Amino acid sequence: MSAPGLVATALRIARKDLAIEFRTRSAFLSALVLSLLAIVIFYFAWDPTAVGPAVLAPGVLWVTFTFSGLLGLHRSFGVEAEDGAMDALLVAPVPREAIFLGKALANLAFVLGVQAVSLPALALFYNLPVGSAAVPLAAVLVLAAVGLVAIGTLFAGVAANTRLAELLLPVLALPFFVPVVMPAAQATARLLAGRPLAETMDWLRVLIAFDLVFCWACMVVFPHTLDD
Amino acid sequence: MTDSPSTAASSRRLDPVAILAALAVVAAYARAIWFTPPERVQGFAQKILYVHAPAAWVAFLAFGLTALAGAGWLFLKDERLDRFAESSAEVGVVFTTAVLVTGPLWGRPIWGTWWTWDARLTLTLFLWFVYVGYLVLRGAIDGRESRARASAVLGILGALLIPFIHLSVYLFRTLHPMPVVARPEGPTMPPVMLKTFFLCFFAFTLLYVALVRARVAYAADRDAVEDAARG
Repeated sequence: MSAPGLVATALRIARKDLAIEFRTRSAFLSALVLSLLAIVIFYFAWDPTAVGPAVLAPGVLWVTFTFSGLLGLHRSFGVEAEDGAMDALLVAPVPREAIFLGKALANLAFVLGVQAVSLPALALFYNLPVGSAAVPLAAVLVLAAVGLVAIGTLFAGVAANTRLAELLLPVLALPFFVPVVMPAAQATARLLAGRPLAETMDWLRVLIAFDLVFCWACMVVFPHTLDD
Repeated sequence: MTDSPSTAASSRRLDPVAILAALAVVAAYARAIWFTPPERVQGFAQKILYVHAPAAWVAFLAFGLTALAGAGWLFLKDERLDRFAESSAEVGVVFTTAVLVTGPLWGRPIWGTWWTWDARLTLTLFLWFVYVGYLVLRGAIDGRESRARASAVLGILGALLIPFIHLSVYLFRTLHPMPVVARPEGPTMPPVMLKTFFLCFFAFTLLYVALVRARVAYAADRDAVEDAARG
């Protein structure tokens, strides 16, 4: 299948997943509420007179995104478990790379949707001076989300075929999230502190390199994770 | 590939490689403890390195070979490669655990701290996480082929992850100046220590081979029993 055909098929799969999610909204709402709760709980987990909220915020943001993201990722293959939907998808004349790409795109929309609500909530609760940092911050969020989703989608597919299912996903995925969360949190901290953009460039390069390598690698190995 | 009963029976005899490995380990540590002088500055604490460094070498070797065997399995679908990957990963986790235990024991008297987020320490810790996850994943899949498939993928991605963890931890450290700690290198090693050091590396590599051989023999027996039960 040609590259445009692959993308078109992937978009159809993504639209299907998002349509299911939009009708129930169950995973999106739970991920959203989880991240809002985490933001609130983290605030009270530290002594605000010792550590300022603006210092805490980047860490809170990324820990929250990581864990709420896992909630949506697990669901992405969970919906295919019912009525042998996954088998139907595999039997369909669709390249397996397109299945991966479609699932990943739907997950990306999911994660970015959660971020779009919880980042303003964080700025509000922690009284953050987002202001001029908004655009580079959005770039960091998108770059990190792409990496998290590529890894997360692959391992969600792997974990769905095991006895442990949702228990296994964090064990497999979290070590791989480290080179995403660390640069993202460091870049966020510098942007929120009003430091020049040049100081975050090294971190952004790590994020871009990770995205390129792992998006490619996950798409290539994904077909191997499925039974013939 | 099916296993003949002879391989199952031979695994119960003592493996000559295992005997050789045991002798080498005993000889290497006899030399390290009694016949190699203690380091002038670090004293006896330095002798931990005769365990620590060879164990780290074996851990990296084991995980590298696991990834290679996994990639090989994806192409050849030979069960022996998967059994080797399984065995090598398990032995690798044991040696990584030894690295993570002996490191702080040495670090406390020499660096003055049990743990520091140095690039190499952090990398080893995450390697341990990835391969414990690898073993958990293997335990959670029943079908032999799907198990081999999923673990080959994880092994390959794990190998890709290592440079990224190294890079991000390195950046983290250089952008955030930390209290200066003693570098592990120290002065160049006198020949008598170097010889002991190489002997320990050799002994541990032999030990790795012996343990993997035993573990592979077990895996082959287990699969043979499974096949026999299925008929």
